Amino acid sequence: MTSETIRWTRKDLLGIAELSPAEIGLLLDTAESFSEIGERPIKKVPTLRGKTVINLFFEASTRTRSSFEIAEKRLSADNINFSTSGSALEKGESLIDTALNLQAMAPDLVVIRHGSPGVPHMLARRLQAGVINAGDGAHEHPTQALLDAFTIRRHKGRLAGLRVAILGDIEHSRVVRSNIHLLTKMGATVVVGGARTLMPTAVEKLGVEVAYSLEDALRGADVVMMLRIQLERQGKMSFPSAKEYFRLFGLTRERLKLAQDDAIVMHPGPMNRGVEIASDVADGSRSVILEQVTHGVSVRMAVLYLLSGVTASEES
Amino acid sequence: MPRVPPTGARLNSMHENLTPKNTILDAKQMARIIRRMAGEVVETNRDLANLLLVGIRTRGVPLAEQLAVEIERMEGVKVPVGVLDITLYRDDLSTIAAQPQVKGTTLPRPVEGSTVLLCDDVLYTGRTVRAALDELLDFGRPRAVKLAVLIDRGHRELPIQADVVGKKVPTSGDEVIEVTFQSTDGIEQVRILERKAPR
Repeated sequence: MTSETIRWTRKDLLGIAELSPAEIGLLLDTAESFSEIGERPIKKVPTLRGKTVINLFFEASTRTRSSFEIAEKRLSADNINFSTSGSALEKGESLIDTALNLQAMAPDLVVIRHGSPGVPHMLARRLQAGVINAGDGAHEHPTQALLDAFTIRRHKGRLAGLRVAILGDIEHSRVVRSNIHLLTKMGATVVVGGARTLMPTAVEKLGVEVAYSLEDALRGADVVMMLRIQLERQGKMSFPSAKEYFRLFGLTRERLKLAQDDAIVMHPGPMNRGVEIASDVADGSRSVILEQVTHGVSVRMAVLYLLSGVTASEES
Repeated sequence: MPRVPPTGARLNSMHENLTPKNTILDAKQMARIIRRMAGEVVETNRDLANLLLVGIRTRGVPLAEQLAVEIERMEGVKVPVGVLDITLYRDDLSTIAAQPQVKGTTLPRPVEGSTVLLCDDVLYTGRTVRAALDELLDFGRPRAVKLAVLIDRGHRELPIQADVVGKKVPTSGDEVIEVTFQSTDGIEQVRILERKAPR
């Protein structure tokens, strides 16, 4: 690991695109140290005592928000949740006013999810506090990519040289963008696969291979990462029916045989059983889907810890 | 004046403006002292089966390991060795520039009911030991906690003292005690370094 020599100098974590392999390595190594805290009888360390973290969710989220909340509490930070329903955000307040109001409360860190790409970046420029992107539109979701990489490393011992197949709704997924950036930076080969109607144009420019059948994408893969069919994010259905989608692009036990014998199956959740993934695969021995959730807490603790050490004036 | 020590990537003298003043212990003397410390541990802990040695990262770990080797040689009992990383319990996290690396804690046996011997290379202000106690207690309720240090250099800022001391070394605030081990630094010795005023 090269992280021995590097120090974290960013106030914000907005995306994977701007990170160096050494920074990614440092985040993953730090997460490794934090994972042990989740196994202690007292799952709490005093590290962020007296720090305030605001969780600002403009989009519904259960998994990501509770994962951040647990991570914050395990580090002894004080956390406050803002969500769209019932707040001023719904009453027509502009984003900039929201930002100024947040600033006035002097938080140390702000975790934000928003439906439009770039909103975390705008907040980061205006706030003294560190900003963590918890998903902005179909742009980036850096902590998800980090927890995916952490899970892969736990099982394969490395990222470099692996073949990772990412399958499903590539067009509407922020998870896939962050994952492509991270995995290619760390020396893995990424193949994206799925229906043509769910494949963004010029996706190969991100440095990935493209396959238009599940079978082609799966062949020889060390890691199979399924994406959710994001019905709510699509204006119209990109395929005739969920049943037909499953018949052509669903991950079944039979299809999984095309991947390496020791391939692991991942899914960022929430899963649509019987649409993109068969139930017996999701619950099977190759599935590491619930481990991903566990590792999410360690990764987010690492992010909160490293960011909390850098203030706006020190950022280099 | 050369201020780079002969070996070791992470010696104190490499990242601060420090010059070696004198070597207070060489490898032989260190080994002899650690042997004597192990003897004291055996003498004062009749129930060795209940003992857990815990080294405070970084250089409390090789001390704990060497004590375990000596205890086994004397009594034929293998005492388990754990590692404590106190980074997350430090009281100065908000005053230092970037977050120090967290390398993790591993305890081979439940703390609950054990007699824990915390091991560290140098006892100075006592703040590291305070952090170590806080962390240790989050793992359970030990029957007792004791402290073994290779060097006690004085200048305590908290009411903490060691039960087993290798050597007492009176120092001034401008001096730094540098303890190195074969396993962590490639050389086994204890030196006094002096902080030079920046020119």
